[in-house]
Amino acid sequence: MPTPAETEALLLSLRVAVWSVLGSLPPAIAIAWLLARTRFPGHALLNGILHIPLVVPPVVIGYLLLVFLGRRGPGGVFLENVFGITLGFTWQGAAIASAIVAFPLMLRAIRQSIEGVDRRLEQAARTLGASPANAFCTVTLPLIAPGVFAGMVLSFARSLGEFGATITFVSSIPGETRTLPLALYAAAQVPGGEAQATRLVVISITLAMIALIGSEWLARRTRHYSSGGP
Amino acid sequence: MARAPHAALLEWRTVIDVAFSHRQGSFSLDVSMQVPDSGVTGLFGTSGAGKSTVADAIAGLIRPDAGRIAIGETVLFDSARGVAVAPERRRIGYVFQEARLFPHMNVRANLHFGGRRRGAASPDTFEQVVGLLGLEPLLDRRTRHLSGGEAQRVAIGRALLSGPDLLIMDEPLSSLDQQRRDDVLPHLERLAADTGVPTVYITHSIEEIIRLADHLAVMANGSVLACGPIQDVMARPDLPVLNDRRDAGTILLTTVAGHFDDDHLSALRFGEHTLLVPRTERAEGSPLALRILARDVSLALEPPQRSSVMNVLPGTVTGIHPRGDGHVDVSIDSGQIIRARITRRSADDLSLKVGLELYALVKSVAFAERDAFRRHAEGEG
Repeated sequence: MPTPAETEALLLSLRVAVWSVLGSLPPAIAIAWLLARTRFPGHALLNGILHIPLVVPPVVIGYLLLVFLGRRGPGGVFLENVFGITLGFTWQGAAIASAIVAFPLMLRAIRQSIEGVDRRLEQAARTLGASPANAFCTVTLPLIAPGVFAGMVLSFARSLGEFGATITFVSSIPGETRTLPLALYAAAQVPGGEAQATRLVVISITLAMIALIGSEWLARRTRHYSSGGP
Repeated sequence: MARAPHAALLEWRTVIDVAFSHRQGSFSLDVSMQVPDSGVTGLFGTSGAGKSTVADAIAGLIRPDAGRIAIGETVLFDSARGVAVAPERRRIGYVFQEARLFPHMNVRANLHFGGRRRGAASPDTFEQVVGLLGLEPLLDRRTRHLSGGEAQRVAIGRALLSGPDLLIMDEPLSSLDQQRRDDVLPHLERLAADTGVPTVYITHSIEEIIRLADHLAVMANGSVLACGPIQDVMARPDLPVLNDRRDAGTILLTTVAGHFDDDHLSALRFGEHTLLVPRTERAEGSPLALRILARDVSLALEPPQRSSVMNVLPGTVTGIHPRGDGHVDVSIDSGQIIRARITRRSADDLSLKVGLELYALVKSVAFAERDAFRRHAEGEG
């Protein structure tokens, strides 16, 4: 059985990953739709900026977050003064770091599935009385559901594994920001921590396997549903 | 001219008035056409003539550069006044070339899609449309299990059940093989007769036009060359897209005068003339439209003696139209316009000229029957 500290790290990892996925889902769908269905000045630039987390080391993202959203950064000061929110050294900050690092993965999956939907179906829905928003919700969204789930699973997995951005932005505080990878790193730094590290490795792998198998099952269900069921 | 039985057809009112210009890459359209408030208007032209663009403009899926589109009193588009009604606010039922059914819904949900958003169609209407299109056995099926013809019938039902003021069908049969076409065509004929929704039927098939349309608009190179009652447009000699083909011909509006069962013949009357044609199922007194191919008509200066040709129609030459291939098309007014396609040598031998009185000879077996005017007789008078 996991020790209380291990359980704490496990639950914290799950909480950070779930919030990171749920929080980035609505903007990911909106931006994926913009990129897939519209052309505007700055289209390529926006696409490029959103893909930066995929190509720079996560530490860079963590450092930028620290500079802008940390206690003395302009964004951090603003959040503190206006909303009384502090992100530095909190699990919410860890969720934001995870969300940003995982965002391009979710965006790509959703954008590709939107591009795969026949626009002529949306046109048909319009001629049948559906507003653009209604056509999106009743025709496009059900058809891209498998892609949306794929994107969610990818970004969930990426969040569980997030290390560099998290430790740079919110440090490694037990019970607040010390997720599984951070706990493993901490254990590996301590002499005689090998047993502890091994246990954390087993927990990490088990969690990953459960997530993978669950998502496979979910994806099958969704594909089934969006292609018209039995 | 004796057209009394079809008077209802001639007194039509405009339901859709379309006039717009639009550029798409290097292709430019300049369209003007009127669609009557009942019956089927065929929009005919070769592929690339711009027919689908006209449909998209009426439905609001493209925004023309300039012009005006109005349905009844309602303006759908007017570039001068900055009006462009969104497609979902126009009541245009659109049947596309491909069925475009929603793959994540079954047939029933597809059929209800439009009604739910435009004030649900009454259960009676639903039953009527389902019956008309033979959709009852398909209702709970998944769309991917439908054949092409079945899918297209569902698409037609879905458009009808959205309560349209106008139905547009863009080559609904072009993606189907011949057998599926024969499966869907009778449904389309019944539809025109039973629903009373004015329809624009886009096609490049003259056979479909002949079977379905009451009115005809002819398009070529982005503009509408002619628009009017089908027999008037078919009678025009100056439309290459209609006349430069082996099966060029005109349409005669007649009334069934009687049957000769022993001979398997029926007599049709138009004006003071009588035609004998192969036995028709139409009852005595019902109107019947006939298509006469120009190549089935020959000409004589005197009524022939002891000939096998039973139909000898006196008339006056109203036009002589030389064709490139050594043939001449001759228009004869015999109460209605008949066209004869003869060789140039024959035309010279007969010394044909406008105003000459002569006889048009048509073999009875040459007639292809078409009864697209039933609804006007039964439904409107």
